[in-house]
Amino acid sequence: MTILPNVPREDKLRIGPPQGWLELNLREMADYRELLYFFVWRDIKIRYKQTAIGAAWAVLQPLLTMVVFSLFFGKLAKMPSLGLPYPVFYYTALLPWTYFATALQNASNVVVDQQRVITKVYFPRLILPASAVISGLVDFAVGFLLYIPLQLYYGIIPTRAMLLLPVFLLLAVLTALGVGLWLSALNAVYRDVRYVVPFLVQFWMLASPVAYPSSVVPARWRVVYGLNPMTGVIESFRWSLTGQGRPPDLQLLASASMVVLMLLAGLVYFQRMETTIADVV
Amino acid sequence: MSDPVIHVEGLGKRYAIGERARYFALRDVLTNALKAPARLFGLNRLSGNHSRREQMWALRDVSFDIYEGEVVGLIGRNGAGKTTLLKILSRVTRPTTGFAEVDGRLGSLLEVGTGFHPELTGRENVFLSGAILGMSKRGMDRKFDEMVAFAEVEKFIDTPLKYYSTGMQMRLAFAVAAHLEPEILLVDEVLAVGDASFQKKCLGKMGDVSRQGRTIIFVSHNMTALRSLCSRALWLNGGKIVETGSAGDVIDHYLQKNTVANLESLWESELAAPGDHQVRLRAVRVIPEAGSSDQITVHTPLRIEFAYWNYLPGAVLNVSIFLNNLEEICVFNIVSDFAPRPVGLIRHTVRIPGDFLNTGSYYVNLLIVKDTSIVLLRQDNVVAFEVVEGKVLGNWYGRVPGVVRPKLSWLSEAIENDGLASTRSHMT
Repeated sequence: MTILPNVPREDKLRIGPPQGWLELNLREMADYRELLYFFVWRDIKIRYKQTAIGAAWAVLQPLLTMVVFSLFFGKLAKMPSLGLPYPVFYYTALLPWTYFATALQNASNVVVDQQRVITKVYFPRLILPASAVISGLVDFAVGFLLYIPLQLYYGIIPTRAMLLLPVFLLLAVLTALGVGLWLSALNAVYRDVRYVVPFLVQFWMLASPVAYPSSVVPARWRVVYGLNPMTGVIESFRWSLTGQGRPPDLQLLASASMVVLMLLAGLVYFQRMETTIADVV
Repeated sequence: MSDPVIHVEGLGKRYAIGERARYFALRDVLTNALKAPARLFGLNRLSGNHSRREQMWALRDVSFDIYEGEVVGLIGRNGAGKTTLLKILSRVTRPTTGFAEVDGRLGSLLEVGTGFHPELTGRENVFLSGAILGMSKRGMDRKFDEMVAFAEVEKFIDTPLKYYSTGMQMRLAFAVAAHLEPEILLVDEVLAVGDASFQKKCLGKMGDVSRQGRTIIFVSHNMTALRSLCSRALWLNGGKIVETGSAGDVIDHYLQKNTVANLESLWESELAAPGDHQVRLRAVRVIPEAGSSDQITVHTPLRIEFAYWNYLPGAVLNVSIFLNNLEEICVFNIVSDFAPRPVGLIRHTVRIPGDFLNTGSYYVNLLIVKDTSIVLLRQDNVVAFEVVEGKVLGNWYGRVPGVVRPKLSWLSEAIENDGLASTRSHMT
């Protein structure tokens, strides 16, 4: 049974009580793609207008983390690094990780931050978390531009594997979206979420091969370890940028399947909440 | 007759009281779960969960049709369900029961300046707000100059919004909304804000839009504007439709009903009356002095009477009243004379002259004060009344600006020497 929005007569919109399990309407999302664009555009504009050194933050965060990691985990703790120089080893992981962490935090807060708009105007609410994860890509791009000279400095020549990078990036985007959908809807009802997310991100980083290679995880646990979608994303990033480490394998498949699962679950949950979000936010 | 552009059938919206007011903390859920573990396992239906949280129907069994080109005024007191209805029609929230069918592109203006961001420039905000309200990029490009001209902010269009005055922000916001050009437009009390020339402009624009044959649903407390803009009116009270019909009739009935209903608060029994062992309220009445009593116009003088029981022999008592308008602005606060009062019923009467209050709704808050400083009783909204337009002058159907509208005397004459010139010549 179709409930929203197009019942037989063209253009006629039927507004009824929320029903059914999933009212996902991709056609409607397509109709609102301009608004998605404007939300992304606004996010970026505001972020760079309000900060003193604007785009530099996008570079500084992974850069400084890289320095600290290289120093402590690398030089002092002598963490194995797949034979890569520590700065490259850490930066290749921090690129997707920083993106993911920021996107996840922004997506979790976006519904609450935009509550004034939500309670006054209709648009598919899905646009909000979607715009939050997309606008993070600009920072990623800036950070990525810095990576190229770093890699060349250490004499690592990009391989063809680099062409697969967009696929791995997409996995990171979808992971952030899938989890962000849950958290943003929950945040509308329970404001505790805002405080939980930083912890979540911290724990999640420890459970991902950011500071260490996944080879330190015993072999029989690798697939289970891969159920953390960011494991597959980060390992694949390292591999595609440097040619070292694990090429796509069963672990990545496990990660990718988890991403799909989380995204679907997130969509269902978000859509269920969407109908009441304006009443509770 | 052709199909209606809006068809509403059995529409209802239920809120759990407090749901809208605040969010829950996880803590509440956990404590509730501990108190009533059965609820966790979906047994709430058995254990009568509905009694746990009070529920309120903001809208109940509302059905109506609106046809193309109609301008419909939505009237009713605060909390009557007007905004809820607009929110359902604009899809911000979903109904609990019933349904609405909307045939055509619908734009809603529930707030002026939705989506504005202070850090962005005027130009950027126009595009952002336009996109949020449903305008296409191409449409905005085409109308951009027109919108900026309407808002009269050409010079500042590339200045961040945070440097705009409130008036400028408002004009810009309305300019965007006014150029939406949807087939159906929902407008919620946006005219209550802004200065007189802004209001006049908004009303003019709404008139234009309706003359172009578009359908408008319009919520306002400005009865004069409603009367002149709307062909039909829909009166809501307590979430239900009281009456629909021609705007003039419905507004008349609404004003009569509301005026009569709130002109008097009376407590027959001393036990039920508000107050305590010191004083208890007996009655508050608004009494129009001149002419027919069914409507209070801007010209009608009023008396307001306050009666209360005094249980404190010889206490020095006075009343203090606050007259507030709908925007919750205190029009004035006056106190009665104070003197020692005997035990028993005390009455104070105050007279408000005609040609003093402006049109609009007014509420009276009352204090009974001892020794000119100790508040013995405070009662808000003891009476409420509506002041309507006397007779409309010219084609100005907006509200005359101002908190009050006194009739002051003028002296107008032709003079030969303005006196100032001579002063100046002395100074040189």
